[in-house]
Amino acid sequence: MPIQTSLAEDGKTLVIRIEGRFDFSTHQAFRDSYEHAGAKVTNYVVDLSDTTYLDSSALGMLLLLRDHAGGDSARISIENCNSDVRRILSISNFEQLFAIK
Amino acid sequence: MTQHSLRILIADDSDTDRLILQALIKRLGHEVIEATDGLEAVEKFREGSPDIVLLDALMPRMDGMEAARHIKALAGERLVPIIFLTSLSDAEDLARCLEAGGDDFLTKPYSRVIIEAKIKAFDRMRRMHDTLSSQHEEISERNRQLLEEQTIARRVFDNVAHTGCLDSPNIRYHASPLSVFNGDVLFASPRPAGGMLIFLGDFTGHGLPAAIGAMPVAEIFYGMARKGFSGADVLREINQKLKLILPTGMFCCGAMVEADFKLGQLRVWNGGLPEAWVLRGDGEQLLLPSRHLPLGILPPEQFESVMETVHVQPGDRLLVMTDGVLEAANGRGELFGLAGIRRCLEQVEPAGHPFDVVLEGVRAFSDKAAESDDLTLVALDITDQPAVPDVSGQSLPSALAGPTEWRCEYEIRERTLGDFSPLPLLLHICLEVPGLRTRGGEIYTLLSELYNNALEHGVLQLPSEWKRSAEGFGRYYSERQARLARVEGHYIRFSLHHTRKPGGGRLRVVCEDSGAGFDFRNHPLVSGETGEGIGPRYAGRGLLLLKRLSKNITFRGKGNHVEIVYDWNFSAHQGDGDDR
Repeated sequence: MPIQTSLAEDGKTLVIRIEGRFDFSTHQAFRDSYEHAGAKVTNYVVDLSDTTYLDSSALGMLLLLRDHAGGDSARISIENCNSDVRRILSISNFEQLFAIK
Repeated sequence: MTQHSLRILIADDSDTDRLILQALIKRLGHEVIEATDGLEAVEKFREGSPDIVLLDALMPRMDGMEAARHIKALAGERLVPIIFLTSLSDAEDLARCLEAGGDDFLTKPYSRVIIEAKIKAFDRMRRMHDTLSSQHEEISERNRQLLEEQTIARRVFDNVAHTGCLDSPNIRYHASPLSVFNGDVLFASPRPAGGMLIFLGDFTGHGLPAAIGAMPVAEIFYGMARKGFSGADVLREINQKLKLILPTGMFCCGAMVEADFKLGQLRVWNGGLPEAWVLRGDGEQLLLPSRHLPLGILPPEQFESVMETVHVQPGDRLLVMTDGVLEAANGRGELFGLAGIRRCLEQVEPAGHPFDVVLEGVRAFSDKAAESDDLTLVALDITDQPAVPDVSGQSLPSALAGPTEWRCEYEIRERTLGDFSPLPLLLHICLEVPGLRTRGGEIYTLLSELYNNALEHGVLQLPSEWKRSAEGFGRYYSERQARLARVEGHYIRFSLHHTRKPGGGRLRVVCEDSGAGFDFRNHPLVSGETGEGIGPRYAGRGLLLLKRLSKNITFRGKGNHVEIVYDWNFSAHQGDGDDR
């Protein structure tokens, strides 16, 4: 599975891990990952340690997650990006919308 | 599965064998066509177009292999299974049957069970093939329709999003003919006061959704640019519109470039596109990275439209591109990237153009880039006097009646001084006069020189000599930004007054501001001498322009009250109009 989700020990942080290419082909799986996570989840971690590539439709999916998580009050951190992925995030200035670690 | 009746051709020179087989097959409920040799088999095939063919391998006149080749050729795209009837058991002979186009064998003596099973199996295969080919045809047809629809849509789009002034001699660009369906858009428009506005955008996604988003962007861009709105104004409008119409998750990365060739100034806004390159005539390179979120994400109150100002000279060049350039990949999966662009720029010959070198470079790097053509690249040359073709399609100063005797006063105050430019509105009012309509450029220049002087030197008290050096230039604009936040109690007031004159008219513009004014009585330019002015206001260019364009210019009060008189008449204008 290119997308794996797990609940952190605190029971309210959903960790979404994406393997390989994060692009339009993962659209449905990515949406399912948080839409079926349950009402207790308040925080999200998008773990990109195994993500090799990210395109603009992935940026769009991140915005959808942000909306789902409450828009401006969303608590989402994007973690462990490699330098290519990081570059794409920063070209689009996504630091302004997400905590990128 | 219920057995249905097939038409089966049997070709065998042995009457006994043929009769046995025929009886067997008829009993299975199928129709039989008979032939006694290869030639007849081909003939009967042509006449009766059977579903399955059973061929004896060895026959007089034409043997089974030869007949099989003819039948396969006649069948064309249709799958007609050919089963060889044979008592041969030599592997090589059997292989020859298959090479000739046979699909299977039946060995004599015949077994009813095997014949039935094989006919069923080949019937299934035949029908599967039919389904596949009709689906294939349907897909080809759909694809053809889609391409046709795209071509038509493209034509509609072209009417809205014409190429503007992209064909100016100082612009070079590459965009795929169907690039709007890749989500890329490129627009350029001359500004009423001279200079240009260029917008390069890259929508998320492909196909129709991306193309639909591009339409309002084109309308907003061309509509506002023509009326003299600044790049920042246009950006705010585009962002607001896209935020409203695009679903979350769709947005537009873009760059806006506002070029003022007279002032030697570029203003650039980059939200989500790769670095724009300023390539100086002397070889220096300056990168302008994306500093903003793409368009269509932030609500209007959070959107930042501040543009970065760069001082440029003739010979300098600006290169802007979509990420298709950086993401072009070669066979080994490596990306062209910034490094690729750097490599290209190092190879530019003195007579060459970086645009050509980068475009060739990315094509040579990636075969796929040339194929999928999902990249847009534009270069702007800074020149002294760019010849901008007139694309506004202006009408002649027709006999249309319009307001010719009127007066109005417009004052902007306080924070609005920092948020809003009154120029498009004022220009719009003036251009309601039919005779002024084709003089929009001059009117805009007059209004904007008056307004900018009143704002920057009057209200904000910025010394214009800062603008003489590249460092000072930056300081000037950052200080301008800072001071705009502190304009309590300030105002700029325009009074416009238009009257009719024989064969034309007269526009009188008074511009007053709340600033400290300046010593216009001792200003060399005001007192009529030529040469570089050194006063705190009207460093030269602005005042020279005002003097050149208007009939009369008068300073009053402390120097914070300027009046200009602009005369126009129909006959003189038409002489001008011919060489525009």
